[in-house]
Amino acid sequence: MADTLSASPPTRPASGSVPEKTGSGREVASIKIASDADIVTARPEGRVMGAELGFTGVALTIIATAISELARNIVLYAKQGEITLSKIENGHRPGIGVISRDQGPGIPDVAEAMRDGYSTSGGLGVGLPGVKRLMDEFDIASTVGGGTTVSIKKWKR
Amino acid sequence: MEVPILKQGPYLIASIQSAVADKDLVQLRDALVEKVGKFRARGVIVDVTVLDVMDSFATRILRDLAHMIRLRGAETVIVGIQPEVAFSMVQLGLSLEGVGTALDLEEGLAFLDQTGQSLG
Repeated sequence: MADTLSASPPTRPASGSVPEKTGSGREVASIKIASDADIVTARPEGRVMGAELGFTGVALTIIATAISELARNIVLYAKQGEITLSKIENGHRPGIGVISRDQGPGIPDVAEAMRDGYSTSGGLGVGLPGVKRLMDEFDIASTVGGGTTVSIKKWKR
Repeated sequence: MEVPILKQGPYLIASIQSAVADKDLVQLRDALVEKVGKFRARGVIVDVTVLDVMDSFATRILRDLAHMIRLRGAETVIVGIQPEVAFSMVQLGLSLEGVGTALDLEEGLAFLDQTGQSLG
């Protein structure tokens, strides 16, 4: 997977040697997002990986919902991009990492975009604060004209 | 995939059968707003039991649908929102303010019967 963004995403595993496939469950899964149909495709991918990591019930729904919102932002603001799911670990605690990347117009004021109730799309979406509330960790890097990368993580309890 | 709409007495029932793309939901909204007049329906039930995710778009379309149906003179009830979905919706900051909801189809029918009486 080529990383064409100049800014490296803040939360990718430092090793960079994550295999694409190991055994039955993939360590990393990338889903191209270019239409509303891709949003529907991306959600179950998160569920499958989440279940492999031992997430259940509400946590799986939360992961799928967060993926749905990030994919929706890509379609809405950047037209196309990519969602990458990866199995991550913090000490002995497994988790799922979701990175959303696009080369869209970018967000001029990230702090403003992180304020609850903020929307530039006429009430579409709940915006990034909602996604942040769903997950344990949230990072965003955006440059005007360069695109947006959102990285979110959920740790298994 | 198109969502089938059934007529039962004075009500229209739309049971979502699988994960739906945005355009299917928009199509369902438009079809119901039109059919409520064609069948002179008094109420609409949208069964979302199979939906494992209700994101901002789905929520907005369902809310719009209910408000449009009300403008057409009928009442809408959304039934079958799963507990995990309800939890995620609230965390995300979504609500179905001003829209009737019920546990399942049976409760949805009872809700519409009651609404009809109180209006009637």
